[in-house]
Amino acid sequence: MRIVAEHLDFVYHPNTPFSSHALKDVCLTIEEGEFFGIIGHTGSGKSTFVQHLNGLLRLPSSLKRKKKKGDRTVLTVGDFDLTLKKTDFRALRKKVGMVFQYPENQLFAETVFDDVAFGYKNFAEKKPTEEELERAVREALEAVGMDFGAVRSLSPFDLSGGQKRRVAIAGVIVTKPEVLVLDEPAAGLDPLGKKEIMRLLCTLRQDRRMTVVVVSHDMDEIAENCTRVAVFSEGRVKCVLPPRELFKRTEELLSLGLDIPLTAKLVAALQRRGIGIDCDYTAEDLIKKLLAVKGDAGC
Amino acid sequence: MKEKALEYRDVSFTYGQESGFSIEHLDFEVEEGEFVAVLGHNGSGKSTLARLADGLLTADGGEIRVFGRPVTEKNLFEIRKDVGIVFQNPDSQAVASIVEDDVAFGAENVGLPREEIGKRIGFALRAVGMEEYRTATISRLSGGQKQRVAIAGVLALKPRVMILDESTAMLDPRGRREIVGVVKKLNEEEGITVLLITHFLEEAMLASRAVVMDRGKIVMQDAPEAVFRREEELLTYHLALPRITEICNRLRAGGIAVQNTLDVETLAEEIAKCVS
Repeated sequence: MRIVAEHLDFVYHPNTPFSSHALKDVCLTIEEGEFFGIIGHTGSGKSTFVQHLNGLLRLPSSLKRKKKKGDRTVLTVGDFDLTLKKTDFRALRKKVGMVFQYPENQLFAETVFDDVAFGYKNFAEKKPTEEELERAVREALEAVGMDFGAVRSLSPFDLSGGQKRRVAIAGVIVTKPEVLVLDEPAAGLDPLGKKEIMRLLCTLRQDRRMTVVVVSHDMDEIAENCTRVAVFSEGRVKCVLPPRELFKRTEELLSLGLDIPLTAKLVAALQRRGIGIDCDYTAEDLIKKLLAVKGDAGC
Repeated sequence: MKEKALEYRDVSFTYGQESGFSIEHLDFEVEEGEFVAVLGHNGSGKSTLARLADGLLTADGGEIRVFGRPVTEKNLFEIRKDVGIVFQNPDSQAVASIVEDDVAFGAENVGLPREEIGKRIGFALRAVGMEEYRTATISRLSGGQKQRVAIAGVLALKPRVMILDESTAMLDPRGRREIVGVVKKLNEEEGITVLLITHFLEEAMLASRAVVMDRGKIVMQDAPEAVFRREEELLTYHLALPRITEICNRLRAGGIAVQNTLDVETLAEEIAKCVS
C-alpha cells in the first residue's frame, strides 16, 4: 500500500501550557514495497509520524479543515483516507501492522501459540475454527523463523531476547498486514540478534511483498537495508533520499546529532586521501568498488 | 598490590531447575580502579553476574566478596553502599519526579545528614554534567539525561564500584556517548571501579579489560583489542565481529592486504597505500 502524507501537522496537548508542536508540515510519500527508513534525533517527531500510519494518533478536526487553498492536509494509506472521521480504522489496523519499541514487553499470554493467536482472533470477522487459527499461527511463526512445533506450548517469557521479539513480530504479522511499521526493531538485541531481525524484515518484504517502514538510530542497518530514508528534525522532514545520496551528506547528518554508517566514515576518510569511491554505502558495494579501484591501479 | 573490588569464587546460580545454570562454577576478579567490559550474547549470564554482586540475587553455590566482605544477608547494607548498579531502562529507575529528589533518594535511605546530602547532590550532578537540571522534571528529560540522573543517584552514595547493566542499550547514539563519557571520567578522575555490561563493541574498547561470557562462564578475557583479534572464538560464542573487522577480512580475501584494525583512519591509510 502506498502511503501519502502532505502538510501534516500535529500538536500534543493543544491550547495548554504543555502543548508541543511535534509535526510541522510533513510531506512524505512511501511507495508500495519499499523498505523505508526514518531517522532523526530523539524528539524529532519520528514516532509521532509513524503512529499516524495506523490511526493511533489522529488528526484533530481543527486541522482537517482546509487551511489555505492548495495547502490541504492529506494522509492516505492505500485506499484509506485518514483525514476522514468515517474511515474504518479497524480495517486499517489489520492492514498496517505496528511493532512498537521493545515489543517483547507486550507479550502476555501463557503460551507462544496463544500470544500469536490473540491478534488473529481479535481481527477475525467471525470466530475462527481451530484449524484456521492453527494454520495462521503456524504461518506467522514460520515466517519469523521459529519452529512451530517446538515453541507453540512454551511460555513466551522463557525465550531469549531475540526469540521474544520474533514472537512479538509474529503476533503482528499473523493478520497478514500489507504494511509493517517498526519502531527500533533491533534495539537492545545483541549484534547477532540484530542481524537476524533485519534479515527477517528483508525476507518478509520479499516473500510477502510487504511495505516495511523502520524507525532506527542504527545507521549501519539503515545503509544496508533501506530503499529510501527520511530525515526528521524538529518535527520537519529535512530530506528523503536513497542511502547512496543521503550518506554523502556526512556533515549535515552529524550537525543534526545523527551518526553516519561505518561505510560512510571509511569513504570520507578515503576521500581525504584522494581516493574517491562512489558506492551505495552497503559493505558489499564498498568492498566491490575498492577491489575495482585496486584492479585499475594494477597492484 | 591493589585491593580486590569484586571476587567471585566458584559461583553458581540458577533461576530454577528446568532452566539450567545461569552462572556455573564461575571464578572472576576485578581489581580496584579497573574498568572492565563484559560482553556476551543475550542470555549468557552477564546480568546475573551483576545482580549477584550486590545481593539482588543470592548465589546457590560459591562465594562472592566485595572489597573482602562476603555478600551475605548480614552485610547487604554495607555492600550496597559500595556497589551501585545502573540498569537498562531510563524510564523505570526514577523514584521521584524532580531531579534533585531522585538523586537524594539513595543518600536519604542510608541516613546521611541533611547538609551532607545537599553536598552530594551537587557533587553527583556536577560529575554527570546535569547541574543546571537540578530542579527539572525527570519525565521531561531525554533518555540520555535520565540515565545520567540515574548514575548521579548512584554516585551520591559514593560507591567504590559502579556496574552498568546495558545502561546505554535504549539510548540514541548521542545519549550513548554522554553516558560512556561520564563513566570513563568517573573511572579516571574519581578512581571508581567500573563493570560495564554492553553489546556495543566500541564501548568495550574503552575498558582496560574485556571479558566474554557464554553459558554462564567466562570464556575469554584480555585487553579489548586482543579479544577482538580472536575472531573464530568470538563467532563460536555467538558474538558478531565488529563491522570494521568484517570489512578488513573481506578486503584481504579480495587481495587488498590490510591489517585488522578498529580505527577507520588507520584502515583508510592502509587501503590508500595498497591501491595507489
